[in-house]
Formats: sequence, C-alpha cells, structure tokens
Amino acid sequence: MIELIIPAIFSCIVAFFVVFTMTPPLIKFLEKRNLTVKDVNKKEDVMIARPGGISIIAGIVASELVLYAFLQLNEILAITITTFTAFLIGYVDDRRVMGGWFKPLALAFAAIPIIVFGVYGSDLAFPIFGTVQIPVMYVGLIIFMISITGNTINSIDVLNGVASGFMVIASFSLSVCLFIMQNYEVAIISLPLGFVSLAFYKYHKIPSKIFPGDSGALTLGAMYGAIAIVGGVEIIAAVALLPAVINSFLFLSSVKQIVEHRQIKGIPVDHTDDFKLKATNDKTAPITLVRLILAGGPLTEKQVGFAIFKLTIFSGILAIITTFLMGINS
Amino acid sequence: MKSGLYGFLLAMWVLILFGGGILVTVLGPFSISGFGPSDMLITSMIKAIIAIILVIVWILILSKLKNWIFQKEINS
Repeated sequence: MIELIIPAIFSCIVAFFVVFTMTPPLIKFLEKRNLTVKDVNKKEDVMIARPGGISIIAGIVASELVLYAFLQLNEILAITITTFTAFLIGYVDDRRVMGGWFKPLALAFAAIPIIVFGVYGSDLAFPIFGTVQIPVMYVGLIIFMISITGNTINSIDVLNGVASGFMVIASFSLSVCLFIMQNYEVAIISLPLGFVSLAFYKYHKIPSKIFPGDSGALTLGAMYGAIAIVGGVEIIAAVALLPAVINSFLFLSSVKQIVEHRQIKGIPVDHTDDFKLKATNDKTAPITLVRLILAGGPLTEKQVGFAIFKLTIFSGILAIITTFLMGINS
Repeated sequence: MKSGLYGFLLAMWVLILFGGGILVTVLGPFSISGFGPSDMLITSMIKAIIAIILVIVWILILSKLKNWIFQKEINS
C-alpha cells in the first residue's frame, strides 16, 4: 500500500494540472476555428467552445502513463486504450452527426482491449448474497458495460457543468468503494478520472466556457465502465451511477427506441420569461431527469444542476453502503 | 417531485440487491452435465437467457414503479 502512495499522488497531480492548464488554450483554439455551439439555456446568443474532450483525454492518458511508468500493470494499458478508443468514437460524432446506433455499437468495440489483455474476472459480485460465476456471459457483459456507461454519461450532459460535476462525485465514490474493498491498485488507477473531471468542471460549470462534447462524455463514461470491470465492482459502479441510469431509463422508456436527442421532435424543457427552466406539457416529448426535477416548478439551470448533484451524492452513499454489504458474505 | 426521485432511486437500489440475490441463489449453483466439453457453454447460455429474462422483468417492474411514483407529474 505504502509503495502506491507516490505514484498515486504524481498521477493525480498530472491528471488535474494537464486539464487545468490545457483547457484555456484549447478554448481559444476552438473559438478561433469557429468550433463553437450555441448555449440554448442562455438568454443571450452565447457561443461555447466544443469539444473539450481533447483536454480530458490528454489528462487521462498523461496521468495513466505516469502510473504505468511506476506500476507496469496491464490493467492500466487496457483502461487507457479503451478510454482512448471511446474518445475517438466521440470525436467522430463531434465532427460528423452520426445515427443513434453509432455510439452504442462503436463503443462495444472500445471494450476489446479489456478482453484482449484479460484483465477481468468471471465472477459477478453481489451484495449480501455473494458471487455468481458467469465465464462466457461475462464477456458479453464487458461489451455492454462500456457501451452503457459511455452513453449514460453522454445522456446526462444536458446542462452547464452537469456531466463533469456528476463524474467528480460518481468517480470519487467509486474510488472510495475500491479503497474500502482494499483493491488499492485499481483504486489508484481510478483516481485520475475524478481529478480530470474536477479540473474540467472549473471551465464547464455554469456559465460554461467549454462543453465536453461527445468525445469528452464518452471518454469519462467509458473509463468509468472500464474501471468497474477491471476492479470487479460492476454492481457498485452501477449504483453510484444511478441518477444517470434513471435519466437513460426514463428517456428510453418514453421514446421506446435508441435515438439521438437531436432527433426528438417534442420539447421536454422550455424557458420562462426570466429564462428559468420549466417542464413542458408536450406529450410527444421524452421524460427526462431534468423534466422530472422541474415538474415541481421552474428552476434556474444552476438549481437543476445542484439537484442532480444531490441525487448523485445520495447514490454515492448507497454505493458505499453496497460495498459494506459485499463484505457480509465474503 | 424530488422526494419521488429519491424514492425511485432507492427502489432501483433495492431491486438491484433483490435481483442479485435471485442471480446468486438460482443461477449460481445451476449447471448442466452430460454434453461433454459443451457442458460449460450450454450452462452459460441457459444462465444468460435466465439473466436476460430477469433484466426484462426488472425493467418492467421499474416502468410500473415509474408510472406509480411519477403519475401525477407525468400527466400534468
């Protein structure tokens, strides 16, 4: 454990400062090239730089390479290659508008490095009851998991700062769970995800100066999923991610097909005269987490963001309780 | 509404725990023999089918729960 402290500190510093220092010049670069999109939740015509995924992946790759220099673990390589592949898939979607099936299918391929490096167990651990061995089925689970976590984080990237703030809470919760389970190596591999998200949140929080884009959201989500598989904490990771899972579930159960948000005709959320967010009565619009939060009345974008963060903290606590319940049968 | 969301989140968590229990107690000890080297593959396929059925049941229960918890808000 002691020998892991220095690599952990180094990688966290690298993760945070690469993103923190690289994002401002990236914003200028993107703005100069007109790579901006309108922030639809602002009264004025505000154009925001996108994609911020470039600085996010730079922070992740740099910090994981630092860890690899110290530890030489295949787990680090598998997680980094999977995450980088997810970034490339997201970047393609940032530059060209792809169909609704593109990301889930392409992300399935991003999971291949985890299978090739063989850095997974075949046991699925459940709280209270113990583990179940599913050697063949587990490979399918790996492919699904990366696709689901990547798209789930992407689906919650709807307001200023929400995706990055959500990932700060969810990934640090997961790291805490890994430390509780004494899975120290994977816990340390997971820490840069939280620090990268935290540094990016500085520029993504309301009012955003940059959006992560599909490349950023898929990068964060795929890395989270890869850590869950390599760490053998799939169920705990799913619990920590529940608010985003609810969002995807509500969306899919109301539209009943896999489509891009931009393909939906109904408008779930509108603006009041003072530009607060309010839920619409549009029956054709999908039910989303934001729409349900706004069902009680109009709120500012910041208030909705904090409501999502509170739900994430709640699910983070449930994830930690789940971790302790894992110990009951072991 | 927000309390409804916390309730829904809690319900999802309980369903995960409960579903895990079924998987471990029902699927865990399940195995088929008599097919030689294909035993593991056939066992895994049957386990996969049962797991998929469980996930579908899980989604159906969540859909019912969603309608029950959010009915007023969704219809308004």
